[in-house]
Amino acid sequence: MGGYRLDTSSLPRWVEEPRPGSLEDVDLLQLGCPAPIAESGTITLAHGSGGKLTADLIQQVFLPTFRNPLLEKLDDQAVFPVGGARLAFTTDSFVVAPLFFPGGDIGKLAVNGTLNDLAMSGARPLYLAVAFILEEGLPLGELQRIVASMQQAAAAAGVAIVTGDTKVVEKGHGDGIFITTTGVGLVPEGVEISADRARPGDRVLVSGYIAQHGMAIMARREGLDFDVELESDTAALHSLVAAMLAASPDVHVLRDPTRGGLASTLNEIAQRSGVAVVLDEESLPLQPEVEGLCEILGLDPLYVANEGKLIAIVPPGDAEAILAAMRAHPLGEHAAIVGEIAAEPAGTAYLRTCVGGTRIIDVPAGEQLPRIC
Amino acid sequence: MKYVSEFRRGDVAKKLAAEIARLAIEPMKLMEVCGGHTHAIFKFGLPSILPPTIDLIHGPGCPVCVTPRDKVDKAILLARRPGVLITSYGDMLRVPGSASSLMMEKARGADVRMVYSPLDALRLAEQYPDKRVIFFAIGFETTAPSAAMAVLKAKAQGLANFAILSNHVLLPPMMKAILDSRDVKLDGFIGPGHVSTIIGTRPYEFVARGYGKPIVVAGFEPLDVLQSILMLARQIRDGRAAVEIEYTRVVKPEGNPVALRALGEVFEPCHARWRGMGTVPASGLRVRERYAAWDAEALYPDLEVSSEVEDPKACECGDIVRGAKKPWDCRIIGTVCTPQTPIGACMVSPEGACAAYYKYGRLQVGHKQPAAVG
Amino acid sequence: MCLSVPARVLEVHDCHWATVEVGGTSKRISIDLVEAVSPGDYVLLHVGFALQKIDQAEADDLLALFDEMVQADERPDWDDERAGPSPPGSDGGPPSEHSVVRAAP
Repeated sequence: MGGYRLDTSSLPRWVEEPRPGSLEDVDLLQLGCPAPIAESGTITLAHGSGGKLTADLIQQVFLPTFRNPLLEKLDDQAVFPVGGARLAFTTDSFVVAPLFFPGGDIGKLAVNGTLNDLAMSGARPLYLAVAFILEEGLPLGELQRIVASMQQAAAAAGVAIVTGDTKVVEKGHGDGIFITTTGVGLVPEGVEISADRARPGDRVLVSGYIAQHGMAIMARREGLDFDVELESDTAALHSLVAAMLAASPDVHVLRDPTRGGLASTLNEIAQRSGVAVVLDEESLPLQPEVEGLCEILGLDPLYVANEGKLIAIVPPGDAEAILAAMRAHPLGEHAAIVGEIAAEPAGTAYLRTCVGGTRIIDVPAGEQLPRIC
Repeated sequence: MKYVSEFRRGDVAKKLAAEIARLAIEPMKLMEVCGGHTHAIFKFGLPSILPPTIDLIHGPGCPVCVTPRDKVDKAILLARRPGVLITSYGDMLRVPGSASSLMMEKARGADVRMVYSPLDALRLAEQYPDKRVIFFAIGFETTAPSAAMAVLKAKAQGLANFAILSNHVLLPPMMKAILDSRDVKLDGFIGPGHVSTIIGTRPYEFVARGYGKPIVVAGFEPLDVLQSILMLARQIRDGRAAVEIEYTRVVKPEGNPVALRALGEVFEPCHARWRGMGTVPASGLRVRERYAAWDAEALYPDLEVSSEVEDPKACECGDIVRGAKKPWDCRIIGTVCTPQTPIGACMVSPEGACAAYYKYGRLQVGHKQPAAVG
Repeated sequence: MCLSVPARVLEVHDCHWATVEVGGTSKRISIDLVEAVSPGDYVLLHVGFALQKIDQAEADDLLALFDEMVQADERPDWDDERAGPSPPGSDGGPPSEHSVVRAAP
C-alpha cells in the first residue's frame, strides 16, 4: 500500500451509510452514560488505594461511628498522656503483592511501616505487636523468610515484637499472607507534631529520592518487562527524626508518603491545617532511573508510593538546620527543601512547574496506571 | 533526560510566552486535537503562563475515552469467556462499559492482564497456547501500526490463538467534522505530533487549503507546545494558513512509510462511532478480511452488546469536545460528574478535557479563571 | 494520545529487535517500523516499538533557536522599542527555518 488516503467511495456497501459530514447531524444520543461505579454500594479496590475513596470511607463510615477527639485528628498515630509521659499508638495492615520484591518483602514493610507511623509523631518506638492472617497453602519456607526479615528490621530499630496472633483462612481467601502490626512509642517533651500544624511561611522538606518503592514494584509487575535496577526504599525513619528534632524540636508536621505518594499526603496536610502547600517541581529529588521509567509509562512521581521517606514541614528559620541534620544522616542524604506553605488557596496543594506554570496536585482517585495517551 | 529536559527550560518558556503575548493582541482560539497535548498543557501549567487572549480548546483527542461503550462491553464479554485471556493498555482497564469495566471483571476472576505493548500480548499467546489471548487494540494512527505488526508477527509465527479487538480511530476525519460544526469557530490547530510521525502532513492540507486555518504539528514537551502556539500566532497575525511542522525532529512531511505500509496491510478505513460525538465518517480502522483469523470480532461474531443508550440530558460532552463549551461551562462537572463517577466521554479518561481540567486546571493560581469547582 | 519517549539505542540484535534505554531503564523493543538504526541513535519509543529515528540535527537546530532567543533579550541592543535589527526568531525578523512550510507539494 502506498500513501495513506481515506477514500470513502470505496467502502463496501454493508457498512452503514454515513451521516452527512457535520456533527450537527450525528446522533448525540450515542453519548455513553457509563454506570457510576462508585455508587454501587459495595467496597471496591479503589477504596483501599489511599486516595479520595479511602478518605471518603473514613469520613463517612469510620469517623462518625467511632467519633472521639483523638481519632478526629486523623494523624497516622494517636498521642495521649499516660502517667507523666505521652504515648504514641498506631496500627497498620499490609496486603502486599508480590510478597517479595527488590529491596524487601511484606515483613520488612510491615515492621518499618508501623515504626514510621510512630516516628511521624516524633516518638521513640518501644514495642510492636503483630497479627498474621495466613492463607492455607502458604509454603512454610516463605513464612520463615518473612518472619526472619521482620526480626531483622525490628532488631535494627532496637524494637522487640512482644505479642501477636495467628489465623489461617481457606485457600483462595487471602494473598498468601496479610500482616497487621501495632506499635507503641514514647513522645519526647516539647515535641508537638501533627498534620494540623502547618503554618504559612513554613518550608516543606523531603528526606530523599521520591517514588522509589512504587516504581520498584511497577517495574517488576507482570506484563511490564523493563530492565532497571530499582529497589524499594523501605526503611525505619525514627533515628532520622531524632536527628532532626535534635537540630530543632519545633518541627510542625511529619508524614511518610506511602500509598498515593506525596500528592495524597500533601493534600491531607493542606486540608487538616487549612493552608496551601506549594511545591517546586525543579527541587523534587528524583533518581534518573525512576524519572525514566515514569516517562515511559506516563506516570507522575508525585502519586507513587514511598516506604522510607518523610515529608517535614518546619518553620522557615529552622529549615536550613534541619536540612543539614537530615543530610548528615544515611537516610537523608538527598534531602531537599521542595516547597513552602501559603495561606491561600486553603486546603489545596499545587505545583510550580519547571516552566513557571502552576497546576493543582489533585487527590489521587485510585491506583495510577500506565497510560497510552 | 536527552531530548526531554532541554525542552522543559523555564527561561525559554518565559521568552516564548512573552513573544506570544506580544503577537496575540486579538483572541485566538486554538484547538489541540491530541489527548497527549491536553495532558501536557495542564501538567506543565501552560494556561497560567499564556496570555488570556490565547484560548485553548481541548478536542476529542483521547482514543481511550472515545472508545464506544459497546466496544468496552465486547471486551468484557470476551473476558468472561472461559479460556480467554484479555490484555489491555493500563488506562483502558478502568473505562466503564454499560455496567462494568475490565478492572471490575478482573476483580471478579476474569483473566485480564495489563500490558505495555501488543508484543507483550503476543508473548502471552506463545506462553499460553491453550488460551485465546485477545489484545484490546485501541489508539490513533500512532498506535495502529504497532497493533498491525503484532498481527503480522502472529501470522508469520503461525500463532493461531492471538487476536485483536480493534478500536482505532483516525484524527483527520474528526478534525474535518469539527471544522464543519456550525457553532465552533477555531483560528488554528495544534497538530498531533505522534500521529503525524506516522501519517506525515499531507492529510492536514485540507485544513489550510479547504478551511483556511493554520495548523502547526507540535511536539509534547512544554517548549514544543509554546513554540507551536507562537508559530500559529505568527500565521494568524500574517493572515496565512499553512501546514507547518514544529516537531521537526520526528515529523517528516511524508510520515513513516514503513509504518503506513504495515497499517494498510492489516487495516482498512471504516466508519466509526466516537463516544460523545456519534458517527464520524471514514474515521475508523477495521481489520481486513484476509486477517480475519486474528480479528476478535470476526472470531466471535455473536457478542451481544447494545448500542442503545439513554441520553443523559445533563451531559454536555458533545459541546465540549467540539470546543463549543468549556469544561467549566458544564452544569454537572465536579458535582455529579467527577473522575470517580464519570458521566460522559470527557471525564472517562485522564486525557479527556474535563478530566484534565478537573485534575489539573481547577485552580490556575494567578490566572484569571472561573470559580473553582468541586 | 501517543505517549512516546526518546530512547537511546544500546544494541541492535537483528533487523527486528534492538535494546534501548531511557534514563537508566533498558528494554528490548521492536525496530520493525523504522529503517536501519545503529547504537547511539535515538528513537521515539511507543508501546514497545521504535516509531521514528530522532533527527538530531533538527533537534539541535530548534535548541539553538531557543538559546538565541534567551541570549538575544539579554543584549541591550536587542530592545524592541528601538529601531534596528530584530533578533532572529522574533516578530519582524526574517522567518526562522522552522517557519518554512514543510508540507509536501
